Amino acid sequence: MATAIDKQRRDTHLQRTTIRRHGLMTRVTHWTWAVALFFLVLSGLQIFNAHPSLYIGEQSGFAFDNSVLSIRAVRRADGSAEGLTMLFGRSIDTTGLLGVSGPEDSRAYQAFPAWLTVPSYHDLATGRVVHFFFAWLFAATFLSWFAASLVNGHLRGDILPTFSDIRGLPGSFVEHVRFRFHHGRSYNGLQKISYAIVLLVLFPLMILTGLAMSPGMNAAVPWLTEIFGGRQTARTIHFAAMLLLVGFFAIHIFMVFAAGPINEMRSMVTGRYRIDREAAERGSER
Amino acid sequence: MSRIIINRRRLLTAAGVAASALPLAGCDALDGMLSSGETVRDAMAKANGLTYRVQRFLIGADSLAKEFPESEIRQGQRPNGSTDPTDATYITLRDAGFAGYRLDVGGLVDRPLRLSLDELRNMPSRTQITRHDCVEGWSCIAKWTGVPLAAVLDEAGVKSEARYVVFRCFDTMNLGLSGEVTYYESIDMLDARHPQTILAYGLNGEPLPVANGAPLRLRVERKLGYKMAKYVRSIEVASDLARYGQGNGGFWEDLGYDWYAGI
Repeated sequence: MATAIDKQRRDTHLQRTTIRRHGLMTRVTHWTWAVALFFLVLSGLQIFNAHPSLYIGEQSGFAFDNSVLSIRAVRRADGSAEGLTMLFGRSIDTTGLLGVSGPEDSRAYQAFPAWLTVPSYHDLATGRVVHFFFAWLFAATFLSWFAASLVNGHLRGDILPTFSDIRGLPGSFVEHVRFRFHHGRSYNGLQKISYAIVLLVLFPLMILTGLAMSPGMNAAVPWLTEIFGGRQTARTIHFAAMLLLVGFFAIHIFMVFAAGPINEMRSMVTGRYRIDREAAERGSER
Repeated sequence: MSRIIINRRRLLTAAGVAASALPLAGCDALDGMLSSGETVRDAMAKANGLTYRVQRFLIGADSLAKEFPESEIRQGQRPNGSTDPTDATYITLRDAGFAGYRLDVGGLVDRPLRLSLDELRNMPSRTQITRHDCVEGWSCIAKWTGVPLAAVLDEAGVKSEARYVVFRCFDTMNLGLSGEVTYYESIDMLDARHPQTILAYGLNGEPLPVANGAPLRLRVERKLGYKMAKYVRSIEVASDLARYGQGNGGFWEDLGYDWYAGI
């Protein structure tokens, strides 16, 4: 009986410790970015497929080799097709996924498979339409978020890691590896660093390397292409940053499920977030 | 300290659910909305108009595309698109070393012109080492020599209502079931009068090779490669683009590519 009352008390207490975690700006920008990045990645791979090689420098080496990645289909000695990915001079057989993909009886000879591109069929013109539409949406969202976060203190208060966040990183890392999560209002050190890298490094890098590939922008701001080491290097960085964002996305989704998908999802949709009792008792914690 | 400790099973389930959502990513459900003429595609393509206006605002009318030193010419210019036109008129001209070639300049001009290659070579010339940026994503640096388009336009005298310069070419593009279409392109007066916009007859110190658009091709250095028409046969100054091709201003534009082509 006593335990039942205790449980009831605890439950009531838990209900009371639901807080407003994510502001409207955070939630709106989060989902806008989610949609925009989904289309940017898939249309970006469509564009990549038009010339599935990455180089270092201003130009693409046809008579010399400055390639760091290339994905193509080659014919094996037995006549079958092989997807061949060259990465830093090492060749990797990627048949089925990269270079050669699709069902055995109707193979597609393209770098990234149809299920990873928008549209699914080869159409560079439409890939570019989709890419630049969402690029504008992405960039506009980023600029609004950055300006608002600078003004309302979100950047300084929630995203930028503090000294003690940095000091606590090893401990925070160990707790993540052991899948022990604290549910408080504020982000832990590892979260802050991840979000800071994504929001303040990768997002601007994506926009700037994208612009650095534009022959029009090259005439207006030649140094933009130069700081990245040339148009083809900018294209390579654009691709590498995309891979990092996809990697972040995978870990991010995994963590949402591991830390409690209902609570995490609700907080990003409605803003309401259930926190640990002890975090609630500390109260003032941000 | 209250912590949520997750057991391994729950963790694996979480990973499984998350991973199973991924293959949904690029399904072909969206294809229908994105085919040419569909509302969604047309709406998204409006972003190209925004890009055009913003770039025109940011980029000075006469700001130059970067020019490179000779040492950056590390390979021949990669030929792309048509590389060997098979049209009878072209073959006849080519086999005679383009001696019979005449560039027609007409449309909204005071004095229509018919210029031979020698006449073009005797006009003011400009040589520039620039980077060619293909819409596919590759780049190639080469040295181009030609006559500034502005000089040709001045010689012909452009009428005040002129807004575009249209380039008609020799090369016929095969569109499969849709038949054959002759390549054409267009730029507006701002780009036409840009100092680096030239009608090139020389590449890397040699006469322009057939693979790269002999005898004459356009260079518009602040644009993607498809704007730079090869095998130019005639130039027409126009007030609008509706009566050319399907009205989108160029061969690739009629196939869904952006007319401005600055990014």
